[in-house]
Amino acid sequence: MNQLLNRRGFLTVSATLAGGALLVGCTPAQQMGLISLGAEEDFGPFGPFLKFAKDGAVTVISKHIEFGQGNHAGLAAIAAEELDADWTRVTVEQAAANTKVYGNTLVGGAQGTGGSSAIANSWMQLRNAGAAARAMFIGAAAKSWDVPAGEITLANGVLAHASGKTAGFGDLLAEAAMVPPPAAPKLKDPKTFTLIGTDRVRRKDSVAKSTGVARYTQDVRLPGMLTAMVAHAPRFGAKVASFDDAAAKKVPGVVAVYKIPTGVAVVANSTWAAKSGRDALKVTWDEAKAEKRSSATIAQQYRDLASGKTSGPEKNGWASFDSKGEAAKAAGGANALEVDYDFPYLAHATMEPMNCVAIVKGNSAHLLFGSQFPTLDQINTAGIVKNLPGTIKIDTLFAGGSFGRRANFQSDYVTECVHIAKKVGKGTPVKLVWTREDDMRAGYYRPMVHHAIRVTTDADGMPATWRHRVVSQSIMKGAPALAGPKPKFDSSAVEGAEGSPYLKATPVVDGQVISPDAGVPVLWWRSVGATHTAYVMEHTIDQLARRAGKDPVDYRRALFTKAKADRHLAVLNLAAEKAGWGAPAPAGWTRGVAVHESFGSVVAQVAEVKLENGVPKVGRVVTAIDCGIAISPDQIASQMEGGICYGLSAAMFGAITLTDGLVDQGNFDGYRVLRNSEAPTVETYILRSANPPSGVGEPGTPVIGPAVANAILAITGKPTLNLPMVKG
Amino acid sequence: MASTLDVNGRSYNVNSAPDTPLLWVLRDELGLTGTKYGCGIAQCGACTVLADGQAVRSCQFPMSAVGAAKITTIEGLGGTHPLQAAWVKLDVPQCGYCQSGQIMSAVALLATTPKPDDAAITAAMDGNICRCGAYQRIRAAIKDAAAQPAQPQPAKA
Repeated sequence: MNQLLNRRGFLTVSATLAGGALLVGCTPAQQMGLISLGAEEDFGPFGPFLKFAKDGAVTVISKHIEFGQGNHAGLAAIAAEELDADWTRVTVEQAAANTKVYGNTLVGGAQGTGGSSAIANSWMQLRNAGAAARAMFIGAAAKSWDVPAGEITLANGVLAHASGKTAGFGDLLAEAAMVPPPAAPKLKDPKTFTLIGTDRVRRKDSVAKSTGVARYTQDVRLPGMLTAMVAHAPRFGAKVASFDDAAAKKVPGVVAVYKIPTGVAVVANSTWAAKSGRDALKVTWDEAKAEKRSSATIAQQYRDLASGKTSGPEKNGWASFDSKGEAAKAAGGANALEVDYDFPYLAHATMEPMNCVAIVKGNSAHLLFGSQFPTLDQINTAGIVKNLPGTIKIDTLFAGGSFGRRANFQSDYVTECVHIAKKVGKGTPVKLVWTREDDMRAGYYRPMVHHAIRVTTDADGMPATWRHRVVSQSIMKGAPALAGPKPKFDSSAVEGAEGSPYLKATPVVDGQVISPDAGVPVLWWRSVGATHTAYVMEHTIDQLARRAGKDPVDYRRALFTKAKADRHLAVLNLAAEKAGWGAPAPAGWTRGVAVHESFGSVVAQVAEVKLENGVPKVGRVVTAIDCGIAISPDQIASQMEGGICYGLSAAMFGAITLTDGLVDQGNFDGYRVLRNSEAPTVETYILRSANPPSGVGEPGTPVIGPAVANAILAITGKPTLNLPMVKG
Repeated sequence: MASTLDVNGRSYNVNSAPDTPLLWVLRDELGLTGTKYGCGIAQCGACTVLADGQAVRSCQFPMSAVGAAKITTIEGLGGTHPLQAAWVKLDVPQCGYCQSGQIMSAVALLATTPKPDDAAITAAMDGNICRCGAYQRIRAAIKDAAAQPAQPQPAKA
């Protein structure tokens, strides 16, 4: 969790963005006040997370965006459990932007959804909200019926007394509103939960999402709304030198053309007119500061840095993330396993390309879109319209996926829309639409990463020394300087290697990381550092087990035992048992295993793989997860299924490459993603746990790649060191 | 230059330019936003609608080519189609953005192949990308709908 706080320490980040030097010396509370100034704070008698209708229906307010991860169902269930509501009468409403009330305690207090933290950071908050409301209704019933509160029962939304009196929430709404909420409401013993952990906790949005009525940013239609598209520079870092909009302005429906910081915007009265207008623009670009290198050139630079061939000053940026024993001993040697891994840039490639609706009038701004980090988006918008962040109104809508893309320090697509809406002005709604190509070529990729590993083993074949070098751009570039000492390295580049039980079990460790600059914007991407560290650690372990002549599961068990990694051991054993590890795989299939912890949860996967003309085919995947108390087993399974597809898609096909600074891929024809016929059948097993809930959206993603690579290793005897597995 | 479109059994006069893809006519002019934009080049299937019962990618279907074809969109299924019921029963959607297109492709599949096997399902559904990876549940939901006693019919055009 420290990594998470460190990586996404948004409280200070936000404050710095909001006011810079102005805020030096402010307490966090004062900083939050400045950010939130203007935000509405009157939420009624039951607080900011619960509303009751006169007919007794319950609305749970979600401070987190729903972009697929199923958190709305889980969040509602937490409150409904403590409230003892009738689950069928519970709905979910998206909270407005309000940092003070809806901050995320796991991302430094900013309002935002990330790090698989939605359930974890809301756990006590929503339990308390539900329990407080429960106490208020019981107090109201006791007063109305003139009976002791202790004699009143509340189950499934019905208050009852032995005298025969019954009431629903709607019947006692006015009375309950007058009862002071308890300061410390009594919470249930989790052993007595009747809703949480059951298959009754199902999504609340499946009807809307199966009938076409769910509203995404792309679907916003407002009176007088205009649609904008932007001609972006073909190379990162280029700027508009000049442009000719004569032809664009002749396109029927085009209303205006503006130069904005990120390019040239065409504003029109329909999407097709905006696109046609943009296609007719002639723009010349100033590429003096543009990134013109090819990704292959950058990759070679990374390899040279790791191998010590680099002689320039850039070689001096190494920082240690793990050091144990005499580092010099970890240099390798004649019998060392020496493996170097290369990971490409990855696009998030959400189904809904980035988009935003903005209404700017004078210094006021109102945004409607899938906002992953409202606090950041408020701050970045406030800087453009010259107002305080708390005055920026954001209506967060469903997003057609994000996987991290909708949150970044620059609010890139948001500020682009705000700049256009400011040019249009007069309170005219403007919808910025990115085409697939705009989206795929805008950067904010998972960084390209290189790992160089040198491991020597003891007489039993177990790791004795481990030298680890990581080269990756930092996703924290562009983050305003954090208060306090500057971190020596970007922990998100090594999380998962740093803290690995395998390194804990190795006597001598020398882990170092360097983050060279490049002009390609990079960002977190579903499971962040684990996207590559899990692969490196898990695939390396299988290579070591193979050299030692040991079974990969037994080899891991020995290391987990030595490292006292009990949760790792438990999920490994559960997955191995359910997958039938040790018994022969079905004819033609070969099993591979991997285990990794991220976002507080530990996941083990056993994949059944075969090679068809050299291309991996993944059939059955057995996955076991320890995510603490399971709120919605069905949605946990859904996230394992989806996370595995997302990780497998990247491992098999995912690669963004650049040629002379130009992104080679623009659409799904060049950026291949997993399709239905390639998607495995996943079985999910959840470890019983009494711990508070931890992440689910991301932890399933990074494990499948190494599990498949380990199966391929078992089939061919060869490691897979260069991703993606399927080239071209 | 007005022309006429038959969508979900209703006749619409539309004014979009003839080269405008059906997708944008449906979304921008008719306000039928259930059909989604995903790629614009018929690679992802998010924009799938039926034209005379056949699944087509509306992003690559210019209005001038629609002619008298009867168009059915997700809104035209009425919310009670067995596939929609199966989608809800199995909680197929995650982000949900691709699901209109997934369901329309599945409607076209079941219209010609009421009891599809695994190979038929993945063959028919391979043009529909789901980045959330709901593929397994999509397959299960199609089987569930196909197993219902009342055979699904293409929505009345």
